[in-house]
Parts: sequence; C-alpha cells; structure tokens
Amino acid sequence: MSASDRISEVQDEAVAAIEAADDPEALERLRIQYLGRKAELPQLLRTIPQLEPAERAAIGAAGNAARGQIERALELKEADLAAGEIAADDAIDVSLPGAPSLPVGHVHLITQTRRDIEDVFLGLGFQVAEGPEVELVEYTFDALNTDVTHPSRARTDTFYIDDDTVLRVHTSPVQVRAMIAQPPPIYVIAPGRVYRPDNDATHTPQFHQVEGLAVDEGVTLADLKGTLLAFARAIFGPDRDVLLRPHFFPFTEPSVEVDVSCFNCDAGYMRDGSRCPLCKGSGWLEVLGAGMVDPNVFDYVREYGYDPDKVTGFAFGMGVERIAMLRHGVPDLRLYFDGDLRFLRQFGAR
Amino acid sequence: MEVPVSWLREYCDPALDSDQLSERLTMTGTKAERVFRWGPPSAEKYVVGRVLTADRHPNADRLKVCTVDVGDAQASTIVCGAPNVAGGQTVAVARPGAQLADGRVLEAAKLRGILSEGMILAEDELALGQDHTGTMVLADGVAPGTALGEVLPLGDDVIEFEITPNRPDCLSIYGIAREAHAATGAALAAPPWADDPLAGADGDAGGVRISVDCPDLCPRFTARVFEGVTLGPSPIWLRARLLAAGMRPISNVVDITNYAMLLTGQPLHAFDLDKVAGGRLTIRRARAGESLETLDGQTRELDPEMVVIEDGDGPTSIAAIMGGARSEVGESTTRVLLEAANWNGANIQRSALRLGLRSEASARFEKGLSPGQTAEAMAVATKLLIELAGASVLPGTIDVGGPGLPPAAIELRPQHVNELLGSDIAPSRCRGILAALEFAVDGDDERLLVTPPHFRARDVTRPVDLIEEVARIDGLDRLPATLPPRNGATGRLTHAQGLTRRLEDALGARGLSEIAGWSFTDPAILDRLRLAADDPMRNVVAIENPLSQSLSIMRPTLLSSLLDAAKLNLARGAQALQIFESASVYRAAASLADEHHGLGILLVGDSRASWRSREIACSDFYAAKALLEAVMAVAGVAFTLKREERAFLHPGRAASIHVDGTRLGIIGELHPQVAASWELPQTAVWLLNLDALAPLAPQTVTYASFGSFPALREDLAIVVAAERPAAEVIATVRAAAGPELESVELFDVFTGDQVGPGRVSLALHLEFRAGDRTLTAQEVADRRQAIAKALASNVGGELRA
Ligand SMILES: [Zn+2]
Repeated sequence: MSASDRISEVQDEAVAAIEAADDPEALERLRIQYLGRKAELPQLLRTIPQLEPAERAAIGAAGNAARGQIERALELKEADLAAGEIAADDAIDVSLPGAPSLPVGHVHLITQTRRDIEDVFLGLGFQVAEGPEVELVEYTFDALNTDVTHPSRARTDTFYIDDDTVLRVHTSPVQVRAMIAQPPPIYVIAPGRVYRPDNDATHTPQFHQVEGLAVDEGVTLADLKGTLLAFARAIFGPDRDVLLRPHFFPFTEPSVEVDVSCFNCDAGYMRDGSRCPLCKGSGWLEVLGAGMVDPNVFDYVREYGYDPDKVTGFAFGMGVERIAMLRHGVPDLRLYFDGDLRFLRQFGAR
Repeated sequence: MEVPVSWLREYCDPALDSDQLSERLTMTGTKAERVFRWGPPSAEKYVVGRVLTADRHPNADRLKVCTVDVGDAQASTIVCGAPNVAGGQTVAVARPGAQLADGRVLEAAKLRGILSEGMILAEDELALGQDHTGTMVLADGVAPGTALGEVLPLGDDVIEFEITPNRPDCLSIYGIAREAHAATGAALAAPPWADDPLAGADGDAGGVRISVDCPDLCPRFTARVFEGVTLGPSPIWLRARLLAAGMRPISNVVDITNYAMLLTGQPLHAFDLDKVAGGRLTIRRARAGESLETLDGQTRELDPEMVVIEDGDGPTSIAAIMGGARSEVGESTTRVLLEAANWNGANIQRSALRLGLRSEASARFEKGLSPGQTAEAMAVATKLLIELAGASVLPGTIDVGGPGLPPAAIELRPQHVNELLGSDIAPSRCRGILAALEFAVDGDDERLLVTPPHFRARDVTRPVDLIEEVARIDGLDRLPATLPPRNGATGRLTHAQGLTRRLEDALGARGLSEIAGWSFTDPAILDRLRLAADDPMRNVVAIENPLSQSLSIMRPTLLSSLLDAAKLNLARGAQALQIFESASVYRAAASLADEHHGLGILLVGDSRASWRSREIACSDFYAAKALLEAVMAVAGVAFTLKREERAFLHPGRAASIHVDGTRLGIIGELHPQVAASWELPQTAVWLLNLDALAPLAPQTVTYASFGSFPALREDLAIVVAAERPAAEVIATVRAAAGPELESVELFDVFTGDQVGPGRVSLALHLEFRAGDRTLTAQEVADRRQAIAKALASNVGGELRA
C-alpha cells in the first residue's frame, strides 16, 4: 500500500469514528488516537523530510489535508455534542402558564355592540350625536308629535324628575337637538342610555338605544330600506335580508317595523328539522322600528331650516341590549347590569 | 283583538287559509300575533246521538250507563257522569277517535269496569259555554248519526291581531274584513248594519229624554227604546262567537251589545228603562267631590274632568267606563233603553287612568271612535234584539250631536307618493288601493282628491297619511333597497368620542373589565360615603316616580355602581377585581341636570404577580396611579396630583387630579369605613371627568426630532426629608438640569440606617442629550453640580456619592 493510500484510509476511518462518537470523552480518545503524538498520521507527517524529493510534496499535501479533515470533523462533532448538552441542561416545563401573567380585560358587551353599530353607520356617512339623559318633556314628547294624552307620557311609562323634566325614554330628543343645531342635510345616529319603568327578564328600567336620522333632499322609504339592509348585513351577516312591516309611531309616517332574517336557522327550521328557538320558527327577528319623519316633527324645527316641502327624512331606532341578546344568546337582560364578572368576562376575548 | 276566522269570512272570504291570511294582513299593517284553534281541532267523529236508556252504573253512584243511538245498526254504550242525562234526550256525542279541544284523542275505555264507547258532551267540552254541570241537550228532530258540525258551530281558527292605536276602526270584525278586502282583493260583503229595521222611522222613542251638558266630551249620544224584551240565554251560535272572540256570554241582551261591539267596534250599553228614574238621562261633568258606587261595589271619587250619566235619582254610571248597578238589565227586564254614544278619547283615557278602571269599552273609546259608528252598532243591535230577544223597537232614534262634519277632501299627487317612497306606483294603482279602503277618490292622475270614510277621518288628514295607505297595501316588499343621497355627509367620531374609546380600550388592554352599572342608586349611599351635609355630591337628581327607594336618585358618582359590583363579585367568590365604568353621572342643576361622562376604576384584593414571583400585586394607591398614568399617556396629557381629602377616601391616601390647572377628578384608597360598608378590603379608585379632559387632550400629534447625537446617562441618589414629595425633588432636578435634560426616571426609593432617621433616598436616572452636538462629560458634571446646589437650597436635599 502506498503512503498516500494509507493516508486516505486513516482519514476515512478517523472521520467515521468521530461521527459515531456519542460523548465528549469518546471524542477526546479519538483525538489522541488519530492526532496525538504517537498516532499514525502525525508520525507519518514527521517522516516527510526523509522522503524522496519527488514524493515529498504530494505526500505532504495529502497528509496535511487529512489532518485538516479530521480536525474539522472533531470540531463539528464537539459543537454537536455541546449543543445537545445545552438543550438537555436548560429544558423547561413548557406547559406552565406565561409569567408575569397579563390579565385579559375588556369593554362591556353593550359597549362592544354599540361600537359595532356605530361603526356601520360611520361607514355609511352618519355622525354620532349625543345629548343629556335628563331631558325636557318638550324634546322627549312634544317635538316628536307625541300627543299630550299619549300613554307613553304617563307616569307609569316615564320617569319624571319634575313636570317638565324626564329621564329620556328614547334618544329621539338628541335628534331634535341635532336638527336645532344643524340645518339639513343631516345624517346622525344617537346612541345612548334610556329609561322606562319596567323590570323583568326582557325589560330593564335602563337600556341602550341607537336611533338614526337622515334628512336631505329626496330621501325615500326605499333609502331607509337600503340603509337598514346594509346595517343588518354588517351586524348579522352578509346573507341577511330585511322585511318591512307597516306599523304606527307618532313621529313617523309611514312607519314600519323591521325584521331581519334569522341567522340561526333556515327559514325557521334547524338542520335537525326542529323549530329555531331564536326566531320561534318564523325565520325573522324583530330588530327595529323606523319610518319617514312625520311632517309634524319637521314643523317643530322648521325655523332651523327643516321645510317639509323641501326635505324628507327617515328615522329608526333599535335596542342595543336586544341586538347583543340575539347575537350572543343572552337569556336575561338584567345580566348586563348586575356587574357579575362571570357573565361579563365571557365576552372579553373576541 | 281576537277574530274568529269563520266570523270574518262571513264578510270577506279570501282564498287563503288562516295562516296565509294572517301573514298577508301582517304585511299590510294589521299584525297577527298568533293563530290558534278554538274548540275541537276537527269535526270528525262528532255526531248527534239519541239517548235510549240511562241506568245507574253498578259500581259507581255518580255515573250512569247509557245506550245511545249514534246512527249505527247497534247502539253504543257510553258511561256518563252528568246528573241530567236521561233517556229520550238528543245529545252531542264524541266517538272514539275524536280530537278533543285540549288536543287529546278520545279512546274507548273502561270506566269502573264498563267499556264506554265515547262521550256525551257538556257545553264547555265543545267550547260553546262554561257549563260543565250537565249534558248539553239538543233540540229534537235531528237524526242520530248526523254530523254534529251540521247542527252546531264546532271549533274555529282565531287570529289575534295587534291593533295600533291609530286604528280603532280595526277593533272590529267588519273593520278587519275591510282590511282583508283591501289586502287580498276578495269581495267585501255589505256591512251588517245595511238593513236597519228602524231606518227612517220617525218617532219620539217612547218619550225618553236625553240631554248632553258637555258636548265637548260627548260629541254624540244615540238611543233607542225596546219593549217586550224577554231576557234569557243567547243561542249557541252567538255564544260560540263571543267565546271564540274571548268574551263571556251573560244574557241575550248583554250578549247582543257585546256582539254588536265586536262586529262594529262601537260599544253599546243597555239600561233597564223601568229603572231609569224619570225616564230621562243627563250627561254631565261630575261635580268636585262627587262620588259614585260602581258595579263592582266600590265607591269612586270623581272630578270635574270625568263624565257621569244621571237619571232622575242622580248618577248611575261613569260614562264610557263603568255602568251602575241601579239600572242594570236583569231577569225582570222587559223595556230596554239602548245607548250608543261617542266620547272624547283623551278624556276617557285620563278618567280611566285616574280611576284605575279599564274596560273593553273604555279601551276602545280612549282611542277616539268615529261618531258615525254609533248608528252602525245601533242598527246591528236592533236587528238582533228583535230576532233573539223578542223585542219590538219603538219608532224614533234619539240622536244628540249627530254624525259631525263630513271629512274634508285631501289633495294627493301620485308623483308625491313615489317621491316619498322611492317607488314606481302608477296613479291608477293609487286610486285602486284608496278606493278598496273605502276612500272616495276624485280628480285626475296629476292630482287626486281623496275623501276618507268617516271611520278614518281621525287618522288620515294629510297627503302623507294617504301615502302610507298606498305603501302598505301595495306592499313594502316591492320597494327597492337604495341608499340616501348623503349630501355633505362625513361619518367620523368627534375627538371626545374617539378619546373615550381609546381610554376605555387602554383600561381593557391593561386587564380591567368594564361594567355597566345602574344609573339609579339609593339615597342611602350618600351617608355610606360619609358625605358631609353640605357636600356638593348630595345635590342629587331625584326621580318623582322611582321603581323603588333603592333606585330613586341618579348616581352622583360612578362609585355607587363600582362599589356594588365589587361587593357582589367578592360575595360570589372573586379574590381580586379590577373594574372600570365609562358612563354618565348626574348632579342637580337649575335646568335639566349637570351631567358629565365619567371614567372610573376600582381595584380591590391582592393577588400574586405570577406563579414564579413572590411579589404581591396589591390594590393600593400606586396601583391605581399606574393606571391613571397609562390613561393619561394615552390621552397625551401630563397631569399632577394634589393632596386632597374627600370624605369617602383614606385621608392620607387621596389626591385630586389636575391637567393644565383644571381639576379633572380624584384618586385614592377608600376610607376604611366606606370599604367596610361595602364589605371590601383595601380598595383603590380613581374617577375622571372625560368631558373636562377631552378639550385638554391633543387632537393631533406632530413629529418632533429625537436627535442623532448620543445621550449621556447619569444616576443620582438624593437624600431628603421623608415628608418631602418626590415630585418637588424631581421638579427641582428638572429646573436645574438645563435644556439638555431629556428624561428623569425615579427607579428606587429607600429608607434605613444608611440614610438616617426621617430621611429618604430617591434614586433618579437622568438622560441628557443635545440636538446639535455630543455632550461632554464635563458638561454633565457641571449640571450635576448645579443640581446639587439647587437641591440643597430648594428642598434641603443632598446628593449621595
Ligand atoms: Zn331562526
């Protein structure tokens, strides 16, 4: 066997052994075995000066290259084994909770829902108007074409502070104030807290409404339908439809009640053929009241630029609690106001 | 309004089943609440039977074993509990397989050992009366086995409608029939008052005298006199209709008044004329202090806004609300004075409310009926009294007030209809719809002249009211869905609205839960909060008619709901709580109320920071202040705190919050007595007025260069008297450090032997940077010297090496 063949044989054997080593001690033994003072390759390299000049260069190069390969293999293996040791020594229990813990807070479900509704109408070009909750009887009823004898004004239906002042029963007075403050065109929604003397699972003495008002030249009932369709799809899903049913309100003419097609079922029935519990099998959910602003309401603000012969408008109103109830299956409206965090936290992470 | 469908179909019979009809009427504005079945669901297996024998049950004293011919070759054996059952009677029989009114299916069954092949029926079992005491005995002459449905009304669908207050004309069978006609196109039969037996007959109605002293409250009063009246039960068909419509049959005369009311919408009242003293009635306002004993035996205090009907002996009834016992019809009645009057709706509503008395009649009157309806109801009742009570009517109708002015014509441009609706409805369609609703239509296609029928005169007075009629009958489902023009519309939140959202989110992001508490609270909280008698927070908005004392004032602070929520959650097992509320608070004001939008937090309870930390997160002043700093940083404002004592806060741990010299709120730990009152441990709160904060918060942020030269850092340890506020020390450092001081951070506070008694060491981390050069160590050393000097002279502080 020639010297160069022997060199390559030693190199292959050393590299194979190094790769097979599985602890640092074994690796150290291999280092001494192949590169130590008494090892074959260094000894061979030490004999090079004694070789024929013709062989010297080739054997020298091959020997040095082999030593280099073995050293690199040792280095790589050493790093490998060291890395394995880091992983083993510093392993942690990844199943422990993160720390320090960061509690998940949240805004109230009513706030979330109200903001969702606001955002839909902001996108449609409406502004958000606000007004006092302790409100004039005049703005709450008289300005809205609500007759002095209308039962909603009775002390059984409205909280009174004194004969001229009430807790608003709807946010409509905000619309009156908005019309007094700004001539048409006007596009506003009025979200806020309102009060009526009821207290049971589906009526709380305080609740939240979002009312809307659009007054402009040429606003139509069809525009109301399109606006509420956009709202219904944004809030309840892109496949929703709306159904307008004729109704009666003192402040609108024509007046309508608006149903949104149920998002929980197919035309009233569940997959298993049972009746939908949400819409009671009707396929429709009563969501809001609306209509074209009654000319008598414009008469009240005529001096601020609202001439019923020049402008028309629509108005609508909806309950925030009801929409949240429909979307989240809340069984009792009183849960909203109890302050029990076991209820409120359910809607924290969305 | 509960409408038996068979009754409705007598006047309008569309080719729709009850459900379809209710849907169509709902879509045209007469909302059906529900459709239900009255009486047996099906007429099958109900037959006429003839009792052949009725013998005592061998095993039961109260039962009889009957053999009944039901038309089969062989008689059926039926066990019957009715005491009056006897051989020879013609009776109603339910055979095995019949569906009973309660939904059960009748089966042949052994009763005390004897197989009963069916049931002999009592009135209530067929929903034809309330009588359960005995078998209903039918007239003879009907062959056994005849289907019972041929002899008796056997069950009906009933649609319950929600009638809006503007449509009292629809509180009647014929009114609903008119709607069904307009909504479906099915023919409308002539009205039931079309053939008034007394039409045109002159006379003085037996000389009865009626005078109306208050025509404003009683626009029309009509009356007729009947003689030879035989009081007794009503026929089965009439009782069946009243029961299906939700009314109790009483006697033929009373039932006829109720039947006429249900059919026409106009209430009537029958007086026993022989008990009307002096044969006269006067309609007048009650006198102040007057009282009256009503039918229910109660004495009612009246006032001059209420109307009474009196005869020669004084008041007999409260007009339109409740009759009196004195002139009530009874078994001895033979002469009847029948009244149909029109009353002022608002007045009746007020009186009914004041008296706490509401009747089927007053509920109709208070919505404002048409004076024209009195004649309609009178005609229907006259016919029935003659037919069913053997009465004869004396010639002459007393009519005080008359039908009133005919309704005025309204001008309607068909173009206007489409302009308001966004529709494309032809003028001919407008005409057709209005005509179907019994409006008289004149004029041309550019301009219709429309006159409402008398029963719509109150609610249809303007073109827009006519447009509503066209819209609802044409169908709102045919309207396109479009968006309004939105001229000049810009949808954006105001600065304050956007800021409120950001601050709420900032608290949510830091782990706080938003609550929505009651705006109402209990006046007792003012004492529980230890407020002094002259504390401005006692200036509350009080509700005149609260639901209860504990909900009788509007909260003057968010603390009421925050504290209540904290107490509730701790009572339900929570260990620690971080909550906030963002809502209005109220104080009394000269007009309306002084309201502002408040933002408040409450922290209570201790908790470990995490499983790997021994550190305790406590609900103290500094925890609350950290959240205040976060919120103020989000708002983009710098704030200061000033020590301030509030009755409900710990006197040593309370401060007011200020921005740019404006007081925005308070922060502190709860006074231990207040905390105890809500059963809370150490609790920290702050309350901010967002209405006051918003204008102070920057609306936009403008870029500021942060410089490219390196910063030099310098740490200081400053020893001062322990009572010296850290803020003063920092302010002194800032003032002395010169314009290159970029930031100051307090990173440690300690006391102890090294700093000496009554002294505290504050460790500050300073960063200096110049915008135009790299600062030298010498410059910073000079600043340090200047700071040391200022500390010594201003706050008695010294720098530690
Ligand atoms: Zn459904």
